[in-house]
Parts: sequence; structure tokens; C-alpha cells
Amino acid sequence: MSIFINSSSNVIVQGMTGSEGTKHTRRMLASGTKVVGGVTPGKGGQIVDIDGTSLPVFNTVAEAMAATGANVSVVFVPPKFAKAAVIDAIDAVMPLVVVITEGIPVHDSAFFYAYSLKSGKTQIIGPNCPGLISPESSNVGIIPADITKKGPIGLVSKSGTLTYQMMYELRDIGFSTAVGIGGDPVIGTTHIDCLRAFQDDPETEAIVMIGEIGGDAEERAAAFIAEYVKKPVVGYVAGFTAPEGKTMGHAGAIVSGSSGTAQAKKDALEAAGVKVGQTPSETARLMREILGR
Amino acid sequence: MDLYEYQARDLFEKHTVPVLKGAVATTPEQARDAAADMGGKVVVKAQVKVGGRGKAGGVKLAVDPADTFEKASAILGMDIKGHTVHKVMIAQAAPIVDEYYISILLDRSNRTFLVMASVAGGMDIEEVAHTTPEKLAKVPVSAVDGIDKALATKIIAQAQFPADIADQVADVLVKLWETFQSEDATLVEVNPLVKTEDGRIIALDGKVSLDENADFRQPDHAALVDTATANALEEAAKAKGLNYVKLDNGQVGIIGNGAGLVMSTLDVVAYAGEKFGGMRPANFLDIGGGASAQVMADGLSIILGDPDVKSVFVNVFGGITACDAVANGIVQALELLGAQATKPIVVRLDGNNVLEGRAILNAANHPLVEQAETMDGAASRAAELAAK
Repeated sequence: MSIFINSSSNVIVQGMTGSEGTKHTRRMLASGTKVVGGVTPGKGGQIVDIDGTSLPVFNTVAEAMAATGANVSVVFVPPKFAKAAVIDAIDAVMPLVVVITEGIPVHDSAFFYAYSLKSGKTQIIGPNCPGLISPESSNVGIIPADITKKGPIGLVSKSGTLTYQMMYELRDIGFSTAVGIGGDPVIGTTHIDCLRAFQDDPETEAIVMIGEIGGDAEERAAAFIAEYVKKPVVGYVAGFTAPEGKTMGHAGAIVSGSSGTAQAKKDALEAAGVKVGQTPSETARLMREILGR
Repeated sequence: MDLYEYQARDLFEKHTVPVLKGAVATTPEQARDAAADMGGKVVVKAQVKVGGRGKAGGVKLAVDPADTFEKASAILGMDIKGHTVHKVMIAQAAPIVDEYYISILLDRSNRTFLVMASVAGGMDIEEVAHTTPEKLAKVPVSAVDGIDKALATKIIAQAQFPADIADQVADVLVKLWETFQSEDATLVEVNPLVKTEDGRIIALDGKVSLDENADFRQPDHAALVDTATANALEEAAKAKGLNYVKLDNGQVGIIGNGAGLVMSTLDVVAYAGEKFGGMRPANFLDIGGGASAQVMADGLSIILGDPDVKSVFVNVFGGITACDAVANGIVQALELLGAQATKPIVVRLDGNNVLEGRAILNAANHPLVEQAETMDGAASRAAELAAK
């Protein structure tokens, strides 16, 4: 088992005909993901051949869903056109939309998130995220498929490279699903959404949660863990050395006054019974102790 | 990007939010001339992006142009909580009878926009929220729906604004929403919003933060960037398209890929540095996905140009990026930099094509470069080298 995606996920790629879209469609196919088509407005009717797989291109998500039975969309559209692409997917009642694009204005993200709430039928992951992978079943986004294998650990992280680092540290044990939720101020799927799904997933035995400075998502997740999560959780928080008022790479990674600090997040997690590592390696060791491996 | 008060005033004026006359001055002479243009009394206000300037003596009333010259002379160059005053705003003085508060902001926690409004204006709104929360109306606003006059009227009524000005304040709120939305702002705050003796509602002081992700559709925002107080290394990095933040009191230069991993690298260095006399990271530098030789050379040259840096830690986990490309980047960067490169560099590579990457660095055998197997080990070694 896994969360959000599995071997019956049929994926379309919005922006497949662009260079990033093509590159990552190739990688997703190579890792066994069922990519069934692409969407690029104005290029509907074309057929794109990627390493021997012929993929149809559609003008809209609705057309793509009708023709292919797609139930997941992954968005590689540039920031300028991302809002329209996500709205197209929501209007088509796409169940899951994974937005990889970095640099989307927050007014656009806030708009498509609010729009998805109104529809009530679309879950958004991202934006500004690496996507998610259920190893050996499905890989939606840009997470390398060859780092690790299927296993009992669930991982949720704001950061792409820290996701890869943690998957690598625990590669011999393996993961049910690893989800990169993204580093933007407004994201569609939170730590809490993933924690709930991992708690409810029978094949996830333990959870790694990676956070970083900015906002209060980790504090909220800590409260949720105390209330709902019975499986063991280990945590890691990046950004202890970040100065106040400076954006550290991710648009959402900023300490404002005394709020959003790494220390406050670590304290909240520890108060909820989560073991928090000082470094990624130490966090991995804590997970090994819990699993006895 | 946070704006100065005078920039916020200008944006308000552009969107027909009622403001008083205001002008920015960098010299006492300019301040005097601005006061002469306005006529009558003016307020001289230090332009700093930090609160508490009034208490620090950064806001003074001036009775005439000569007095304005004196007051501006005293305020320009003043240090307010570590911020040097480079500019003052000369604002028309107005007889105030009441002060209110109003803001629109991005509420990250609830992933929506939020209006806050209160008749208890002029003071620290966090204080109001804490001590008399009943006096602060907080109303979520959907990005899809926005704020029209009907909603604005409802919010203003909820905040218990007096009936005689409620309609005027609702109009201001609609205009603030237009400012917030059309400028891609994440914060538009008016504190205080005032009522003058003659019954007008005016935005007397404002704070605006703009979303840099929207720069592609906000060509006017580039002119609002403050270059006078920027760090020279940060400016140089920005010109090369690098995501760099200079940190105070650091000795270990950091280069990595991915914002989360680089933030983590800084922490791991500070942690390891405790064993070596408190060595700390000197910067944040994320070279992103494609680590070409040129990007690596640009990054290394910025970091090696920082006199605080004693050693460098290159920490790359190859996800999409291939470690052999990164290793080639380092080798070529050192060739490009030649004699400019003088500080030891600890490299930790893992992930995609790691063996090829390590082999390239071994073969190059550069005297400044050494490799480490793990992130923690590399951090410790870089801190040790910095402490030498």
C-alpha cells in the first residue's frame, strides 16, 4: 500500500511538450509510472513519442481524462501559465493535481487553492515541490526513482533535496510513499494531510516528518500528531541558523520576528512526543532505533 | 520585499487610497525644499524597515522649512535598532481626531487572505490582539471572491467603526484590496488610518510587502528595490542569478543544491563547529538543479571573495543533478579562478553518479580540494579547517 498514488494511478503531464515536461515524463516512464498523455493548450491532437511510448497530447485536462481515464495530473507549466493550468484541472474534476512549478505568485496559488476548496473534489500537492513517489508503484514528479525501494517508512517534507537525502539515509529499509509538499507559503497538501494518510495506511509502520523555518505548519502538525497519530514519528527541522527576515531559498522559508523559528518547531514536535534529530543522519538513526533495523 | 513607508504611500496614491502629501529626501536641503513646496507644518519621518522609530526619535514635527532642515539633519544618519537612516519622508501634518487600524495580509496558517480592522489604531496591533482581542475584527477573504463594497461594509460594521465614517472606511478597504491584489502584495497595512478634524479618512502610515515571485508581471517593482542598504556580496550574487544570503559571524562558506539541504547544511556546520571554537556558516548559497561549471565558478568566486570565509563546504546530493557534472563544475571552476582560489574546499557528493563524481575529483587531485563521505563528516572537517 501507499498514500495518494499507487500502481493504478494513470498520470497526465500538463506541460509535457515543454523541455522540463518532456525530460521528466521520460524519467517517470522509466521508473514504471503509467503516464497516459499530456496537456498543452493549442497542441491537442499531436502524438509525442518518448523512448518508444506514444503519448497523445490534448488541449484540456477534461479531454485528456475522457480519452485516457487519467486520475492524476502533474504540472510542469511555467509560473506565468500555472494558474490557468491548475484551474483547468480543477474544472475537469481531476482528483489529484501535483504542481512541480517553482516561482508561482502567491496570489495565484491562493486563488487555485481556494478554487479547489470550492469544487471540493481536487487535492493539490505543491506548488514548488518535487512531487511524490510510492517506490516500485508510481512516481509523480521529479524524485529520483533509484534512491530506494518499497518499504515501511512514510516520509513528508517541505524540501526536495532533504527528501532525497533522507530516502538515501534509509535506502536499505525503504518507503511506502515519500511526499514533497513544497516550500511555498500556500500549499495544497500539508504535513497534517500526509500524517493522517500515513496513520491510516496499513503498510506504513513509521513516519519521518521534515520541516523548515517559516509559518506554523510544523506546530500544527505537532498538535495533530498528539491527537491522532499512533505510529512512531521522527522529525527534522532545517533552518536553526537562518537570520530573521531573510528568505532562505524557498519563498516560504522566512523567520518573521519571533515566529516561524526552527527552535519553536522542534520544541512543539518534541512536546508531542516526536523524536527530533539534530542532523539528517541523526534523524535517520532515530528511525532505525524505532524500527530495530 | 518590504517597502519603505514613502513607497507604500506612493502605491496607495496610485490606487486612490486617500493619503497626505509626502516626499522623500536624502539630504536636509531636499527636506527643506519639500517642506517649502507643501507649506505649513510637516512631519519628518525616518525611513527604516523596523518598528519603534518614533520612540527612537526618528519622527519629528517641523514648523517651517528651516526647522525641517534642522530636524532632517538630526534624523538622517541616525541609527535605529541597527538600521542607518538614509532617507526621510516629509509628510504634510494634519490635525487628527481619531486613529484606526486596517490591514489585508496573506494568512499562511489558514491558506487564505485575511482582513484585520480595529478602531483601536495607532498602537502595536499585536498588543491589541493580545490584550483586547474583542477590539480586533479578523475576517478571512477568499482569493476567488475578493473584497467588494458589500463585504467591506460588513467587515467595517463588524469592527465597530462609528456610523458617520463607516462608508468612507469601507471605500478605503475596497481600494486597499485593489492595491493588495493588483500589486501582488502579501501585506497592505495602514496604521494609523486617521480621521482628521474636517472629517476626512486618511492613510497616515503604511506598510506594504510585495511578492517577488510576481516580478514577471510587475515591471514597476524593480524600481522599488533598495540598493543603498544591500550587502555587496548579495548584490553580486543576485546579478549572477544565484540564490545567496550572507550570514553574520560565519567562517565556513557553503554551497549546496536545494533550499532545504542548504539550510540543513548551515545547521550541521554550526553544530559541528561547536567543537572547533564556535565556527559558523558564512552564507546560504543554493545552486539549484543544474550545477554547470559556470554556476559553480560563479558561486565559488562569490564565496572566495568573502573575507570572512576561511574554508568552503560544497554539499551536493545528486537527485536530478548528476554528481559527475558537479565534480566537473568544481574542477573547471578552480581552473577559471586560478590564483583567486586560496581557501580549502571540502566536498561531499552523494546520489546520482556519485562514483563517477568522486573519481573526477580524485583524478584532478587539486591541492585545495578534499572529499568526505558523509554530510556530518564533511561539516566537521570544514569547521576544523576554518578554525586553523
